Amino acid sequence: MSTTTTTESSELAPVRTDSLADLLVAKERPPRPSAWSASLTFGWRAILKIKHVPEQLFDVTAFPIMMVLMYTYLFGGALAGSPKEYIQFLLPGILVMSVVMITMYTGVSVNTDIEKGVFDRFRSLPIWRPSTMVGYLLGDALRYTLASLVMLTVGMILGYRADGGVVGVLAGIALLVLFSFAFSWIWTMFGLLLRTEKSVMGVSMMVIFPLTFLSNVFVDPRTMPGWLQAFVNNSPVTHLASAVRGLMAGDWPADEIAWTLGWAGLFVVVFGPITMRLYNRK
Amino acid sequence: MSTQSSGPAIETVGLVKTFGETRAVDGVDLTVPAGTVYGVLGPNGAGKTTTVKMLATLLRPDGGEARVFGHDVVREADEVRGRVSLTGQYASVDEDLTGTENLVLLARLLGHRKPAARTRAAQLLEAFGLTEAAGKQVKHYSGGMRRRIDIAASILSTPDLLFLDEPTTGLDPRSRNQVWDIVRAVVAQGTTVLLTTQYLDEADQLASRIAVIDRGKVIAEGTKGELKASVGAGSVHLRLRDADRRPLAADLLRRALDAQVQTEPDPVALTARLTTAASDDTAAEQAARALNELARAGITVDNFSLGQPSLDEVFLALTGHDTQQPQSGSDNAHDPKDEVAA
Repeated sequence: MSTTTTTESSELAPVRTDSLADLLVAKERPPRPSAWSASLTFGWRAILKIKHVPEQLFDVTAFPIMMVLMYTYLFGGALAGSPKEYIQFLLPGILVMSVVMITMYTGVSVNTDIEKGVFDRFRSLPIWRPSTMVGYLLGDALRYTLASLVMLTVGMILGYRADGGVVGVLAGIALLVLFSFAFSWIWTMFGLLLRTEKSVMGVSMMVIFPLTFLSNVFVDPRTMPGWLQAFVNNSPVTHLASAVRGLMAGDWPADEIAWTLGWAGLFVVVFGPITMRLYNRK
Repeated sequence: MSTQSSGPAIETVGLVKTFGETRAVDGVDLTVPAGTVYGVLGPNGAGKTTTVKMLATLLRPDGGEARVFGHDVVREADEVRGRVSLTGQYASVDEDLTGTENLVLLARLLGHRKPAARTRAAQLLEAFGLTEAAGKQVKHYSGGMRRRIDIAASILSTPDLLFLDEPTTGLDPRSRNQVWDIVRAVVAQGTTVLLTTQYLDEADQLASRIAVIDRGKVIAEGTKGELKASVGAGSVHLRLRDADRRPLAADLLRRALDAQVQTEPDPVALTARLTTAASDDTAAEQAARALNELARAGITVDNFSLGQPSLDEVFLALTGHDTQQPQSGSDNAHDPKDEVAA
């Protein structure tokens, strides 16, 4: 291995200072990219990373398949008589749960990536500052979409039928991806705030498990004790699950959609600026 | 480019940065003239990188002021970012991406449209001799290739000011020379370069003015000549044809020059440290006389030079400790033993 490196360096083509000089003469700088264009460029970076390390798609393919199969057969018989009937209720919920869970990997990858050399270069560029983080989340949005489609396919094989048709399903996924994008700002904050990957993972678990399980994903909250109902009925995950379930069933659950969008807006407004503050200080 | 005035590229007054109890940068005053290579020389932990990071808007100063082309690095950070580029061990490229992808990504972030970004990336890779490696992930690059791609990434748009933070640390001599060639090419096009280094010969090779930093403070500043002259006497360096004649040569020199003569690790090399400054006529006369003596004794001299002191000697004289020595306690400077050694 080391021998190849040495040969490589000794056979390295020389620097052509004359053509370098020609390149440097052009002094004009193009106009700065817009906020959107810079964010898209960072999104492209995220996609390139997936291209080079496709293994990182494991969490948006294998994990969601496992979630659907596991909970459908684990609870199906007991809760709805049969797995086939249960999946009709479960699929939109488990979709929400899995994708919201997957968002926590954002924190871990921000945390490991920020330590790498390239971030200081990004921070020294005259670009819209949040574009680095927005680009991250745009790349992640693609992962969320992929996870949703994988789960939907598995669900349909198991017998799930969406009454909302293609439009309802797409609207549901769009809402889910939008919410996850907004929700991920919590993780970018933790990714920048906490020092190690492990602590990011630990804190993420502490947040994500209660938040996703204490919801209406698996069962109707009416069987829960009052205090828990109060939490569950007001949880953003419950609103999201209800909205996605409604959209996929062909309804238009306007107030649930509004609640979901409200929560999404709140996450961006609160955690976006905190993330950027931490990013600028790093 | 139109804003390139006659003013200095960098001006700092009393720049301070503290990390907890440590004053990493402790009142640094620098004036870097535009269009030159300015060397910031100091051992590890002297505060070089912290200073560069503040000038490149990556760190906020805790005290003092810094201006880059007249723009305050805190209040007008965006203007500063539009004029400078940074290359260091920390400000590198994305290891997971290929050389081309990295350069296209950064060119896009600088505002180049996609076709222009691709062309510029390809041209730079070509000029840096990296065309063959363009499609490989940077993590598979050798050290020399890494440094080239790092610098290429910094000149996608020709910056007015380029920070090179220890650009050759860890490189083999050949790659090092190639990086130096790149730096010279960049400067020849009018870009100001702030170069930090712990290698004295690097500053000697590239920089026109040098600031020596130690423990967060500038302890000396000036042209290379001024710095060397401040240390005093120069030295005569000799290489003999025949190693056996060295003891005799050393003896002759000692008498002719009335100087301390050191034998070098190289068995044919000798160095005589003059007591008078090398720029004095007497020094040249003394040296000529010494050569004469050697010739008369039949000792063949292959190589002879009358030189100013090396920057290593300068550093030792200025700080009381040499560059290689890791810094332990901050009161070491006042250790009487050190003063004797200096």
